[in-house]
Amino acid sequence: MSSRQEILTRIAGALRDVPEDEGAEAAPADRRSPVVRHPPDPVALFAERAAEYRAAVTRTTESEASAAIGAALAARSPARLVVPHGFPEAWLPARRTWQRLEDDPPLRPAQLDAADGALTTCALAVAETGTLVLDAGPGQGRRALTLLPDFHLCVLRSAQIAPDVPTALRGLDPCCPLTFVSGPSATSDIELERVEGVHGPRVLHIVIVEPDSRGADTHP
Amino acid sequence: MTRTAKNEPPGVVWLGTPHFPVAARTAVGDPQLRENLRRATTTIRSRRLAAVGELDDWEDLRTAGAAVKRAALRHLDTHLLRLEESVERAGGTVHWAADAAEANRIVTELVRATGEREVVKVKSMATQEIGLNEALSAAGITAYETDLAELIVQLADDRPSHILVPAIHKNRTEIRELFTTTMGQWGRPAPENLTADPAALAEAARLHLRERFLRARVAVSGANFACADTGTVVVVESEGNGRMCLTLPETLITVMGIEKVLPTFADLDVFLQLLPRSATGERMNPYTSMWTGTHDGDGPRDFHLVLLDNGRTATLRDTVGRQALACIRCSACLNVCPVYERTGGHAYGSPYPGPIGAVLTPQLAGIEHAPSLPFASTLCGACYDACPVKIDIPEVLLHLRARAVESKRGPLPSPEALVMKAAATTLASPRALAWAQRAAALGGRVLARRGVLRRLPGPLARWSASRDTAAPPRETFRAWWRRTHRRPGQ
Amino acid sequence: MRIALFVTCLCDTLYPQTGKAVVALLERLGHRVDFPRAQTCCGQMHFNTGYRPEALPLVRGFADAFAGYDAVVTPSASCAGMVREHHRTLAVQYGEPELAAAVDRLAPRVHELSEFLVDVLGVTDVGAYFPHRVTYHPTCHSLRMLRTGDRPLRLLRAVRGIELVELPEAESCCGFGGTFALKNAEVSAAMLADKVRQVSASRADVLCAADSSCLLHIGGGLSRLRTGIGTRHLAEILAATEGAER
Ligand code: SF4
Repeated sequence: MSSRQEILTRIAGALRDVPEDEGAEAAPADRRSPVVRHPPDPVALFAERAAEYRAAVTRTTESEASAAIGAALAARSPARLVVPHGFPEAWLPARRTWQRLEDDPPLRPAQLDAADGALTTCALAVAETGTLVLDAGPGQGRRALTLLPDFHLCVLRSAQIAPDVPTALRGLDPCCPLTFVSGPSATSDIELERVEGVHGPRVLHIVIVEPDSRGADTHP
Repeated sequence: MTRTAKNEPPGVVWLGTPHFPVAARTAVGDPQLRENLRRATTTIRSRRLAAVGELDDWEDLRTAGAAVKRAALRHLDTHLLRLEESVERAGGTVHWAADAAEANRIVTELVRATGEREVVKVKSMATQEIGLNEALSAAGITAYETDLAELIVQLADDRPSHILVPAIHKNRTEIRELFTTTMGQWGRPAPENLTADPAALAEAARLHLRERFLRARVAVSGANFACADTGTVVVVESEGNGRMCLTLPETLITVMGIEKVLPTFADLDVFLQLLPRSATGERMNPYTSMWTGTHDGDGPRDFHLVLLDNGRTATLRDTVGRQALACIRCSACLNVCPVYERTGGHAYGSPYPGPIGAVLTPQLAGIEHAPSLPFASTLCGACYDACPVKIDIPEVLLHLRARAVESKRGPLPSPEALVMKAAATTLASPRALAWAQRAAALGGRVLARRGVLRRLPGPLARWSASRDTAAPPRETFRAWWRRTHRRPGQ
Repeated sequence: MRIALFVTCLCDTLYPQTGKAVVALLERLGHRVDFPRAQTCCGQMHFNTGYRPEALPLVRGFADAFAGYDAVVTPSASCAGMVREHHRTLAVQYGEPELAAAVDRLAPRVHELSEFLVDVLGVTDVGAYFPHRVTYHPTCHSLRMLRTGDRPLRLLRAVRGIELVELPEAESCCGFGGTFALKNAEVSAAMLADKVRQVSASRADVLCAADSSCLLHIGGGLSRLRTGIGTRHLAEILAATEGAER
């Protein structure tokens, strides 16, 4: 008997107490869907919670976005920046002091490691937990791009912010590789003292782009 | 700490570890260890309470988590077959391992097939349980742990003492010392003048491991969840070493206990809220990776999922004990356990310490291999209250105690069994009880000085080693009642 | 209401004053209390140590001794918990449906003292007087098995003359655990040492709890270290009155 068959036989034997007609599909009665939370201001909540986990957060508007991104980059002055395909051209700063790496053809790990940062979008975000979710879609690229460089600048629109984890999950497609990012990498392995920055990017900067308010031409 | 020969294969039960009471005695006598544990568990307890207190539907989430897990276990075969189909459809390969030896063989052969002699590892309880590192090493393959705490344990040739923070028993000074003296033997040495600041220690680990990640072609991981409907596998972590292992190598081998399967991807809505808050007291852990088979041009080209039984089906057979398989390894029960806080994890003689270990290890390994573990608890119930999937650990402990006692009953009763039998006979009749009370009162007053018993005979000496006992009163309640209430009781 | 006292084997033998206090207290509140003499022990020690067959006759004895009462009051949270949570388990496990039915009828009527006072009799001020500095240790079984919550504290707060002081880390286990104290004596002693330290830190003169077993253990530690802090069961404080203070 193969181990597969063996294990399945053992399971069937172990579950003799389960009635034949009890379906595997039936959701148990106690399985209620978690409540969906409605924070009054999800954008503010996301910004606050992401910052609590030591991500830098900038709020800006659509027409100010490229300037805000430029400023965020200037603080790091990268020489080589990974910017994957599909990153909105309109958001790219007008004055570029860095070389763009597009990962086409794919960069080797050592090249990625030598890059100074990655500028990407994301799939969505979660207000309650201050989490970004990447799904390797346009503007994000494959997972390694946001992992090896020590600096990750992630830009999202305020409309992408879901109130809570259950809502966020419903908006995701598990066919894509998914990465949930809540602040920069961290460890509490030494005396349970939290230290930010281990293997993933040590610096995470999030830029939230909100729609231009009506009459946006009046902005300073 | 209790440590057995280096080359011995570890498993669910570490061979050579003494029974819990003996191992615990050593641990309790180590003031440094106790101080490290007290500080660590106190910190994490308050953090968990804060994170849990934020959600007003926490109790509903626990109920839902328990319901999903228990229902999934009742149809485990269906879900596993579905998982297999989904993973293979998405480009992965599924293997089934009936026990530790088979799982080790499968992984060893998979690594051999790549021609590599090194693998990087993400922290995983399942591979601890099967002793994978030792099996690989016997086959000439070096497994490098990449989780900071696992790295500490590996460098120290030590054993993990906590599910989530395996090096919880070591403080920063001890870790600094360890890094300075041993890192160089494994790869890049620790920086000169390394301080004991946790940030500096983490930085040393980053530098030490970075080049290894870039070079790695094969990774081995565990899994926190796997969704049957989509084939999605989930790893929850903090440091990014998980992401490194899950994305950079060409081959990924994931070893997962069969009980980790969830019916659907949608079920994660409960568990991604329960796990981080219970484990580290965070709203969300820094990184969670989810992958479904293989993804073109992103991450490993080969993905193997090894489904591990190794005692789980035997556990499933026990209708009371089965609930222990719902465990999501958050370690909240360890952090709130007053016994764990005093003894640390090594005394439990297994990679699964604390309350969950006390109920899981005897079931996975067989009660005869860990008969003292179900007794390693005061039944205070703190673990049950903390458990995000409502495993009634005290209930399972009591159930396993009965099994342990039954398994030891033979033609010759043990001294304990004799005492229990005698007590039962006495307590079965009010008359016999009254007689025994008179005898005890007499004996007690003979031994007492100024109404206090300072040293008791026989096994009770263990009691009187740290406690005084008031001598029994002259008159029991029963006798008083009879004397003062002429109206006969029932 | 026909009320029976289940005094518990421990109080019967070592702490008769606790049983007497329950009787005095309930009589003062205008109730008559019976002591069914057939009672012995709830079987907790056997059950908790894994000797289930030995515990079964005690379950039967309990059901017989207390059948017919409207309420069974006991000064022990852990014994009340044993009856309510585990007697049924035993009856079912050993295939005794009649016993299980008897347990089902009886168990809901078994009350730990503070539950009985607050929930059944609806009193929190029992007219007690106890002019001492007291700290309260919520025993694990009152806290997490019976979930008596703040009932004991509400009763204590209403006691005249009392000065209630907070016990640091009150909810952590004292380390008794029945046969645990013998099987894992060193761990039990380590937990006891911490509890004794916290009780001393509270600066109380008297430690109060709703389980005599935990008091036996903590009191033994307090005495060994000559802290001068005494122990009193909740029932004894609630039974104390002006002029009649023991
Ligand atoms: S038993 Fe419960 S609390 Fe303990 S590790 Fe498992 S899930 Fe967490």
